[in-house]
Amino acid sequence: MKILTVCGVGQGTSLILKMTVEDVLTKMGVQADVENTDVSTARAMNSDIIVLSQDLANTLGEETGAEVVVVNNYFDEDEVEAALSKVIK
Amino acid sequence: MSFLDETLVRLNVQAENAEDAIRQSGRLLVEEGYAEEGYIQAMVDSYRENGAYFVIAPSVAIPHARPETGALESAISFVQLTEGVAFGHEANDPVRLVFGLSAASSEEHVKVIQKIAKLLGKKGNIDKLLEADSYDVIHQLKEEIK
Repeated sequence: MKILTVCGVGQGTSLILKMTVEDVLTKMGVQADVENTDVSTARAMNSDIIVLSQDLANTLGEETGAEVVVVNNYFDEDEVEAALSKVIK
Repeated sequence: MSFLDETLVRLNVQAENAEDAIRQSGRLLVEEGYAEEGYIQAMVDSYRENGAYFVIAPSVAIPHARPETGALESAISFVQLTEGVAFGHEANDPVRLVFGLSAASSEEHVKVIQKIAKLLGKKGNIDKLLEADSYDVIHQLKEEIK
């Protein structure tokens, strides 16, 4: 499974989100390849899940084919786990 | 690399609006030589272009711009606002803690991001930063995550 964490620049807040997502996946016992990137790169890449903020989800659009997961608090592992649980069966 | 060194921290600051707050966090980075003058405008432009996605937790903003827009060395500044400012983030406004990030592309960048994630990810630390009234508090929080 391929998961992208996304921000405007691709290496600031997306890197923070990647750290939280990896911690949560470990807790959930899910194996996945997590990569941080920017919006336009994410749009062009093949991935299963894209994790990002509401603002960027609007920018990203719906044509990626990936499940889009919106997170508000990047440090809240409970929120991230709840959001990921909806798309990881 | 510099992470919340004393010269990069300003407490109890007024900001007119989000752009003013971003500029103040960027100004600290420029004054201390971690970014070129143009980086401040690039941070504001990134906000105008991409919105408030860098408001990543309640009260917390981490404005930054692309490395090639004038980031010289990895560093994080901190501006604590006396009054909350609306950045346009539905869930996390108003912002009172602004961490200006000079994102130079290097291994140091990853280290500095890990530090800020550790600092802000620790339960209770955001409240402590909101209440901080001297640099000693910041210093103490930095020591705790070492």
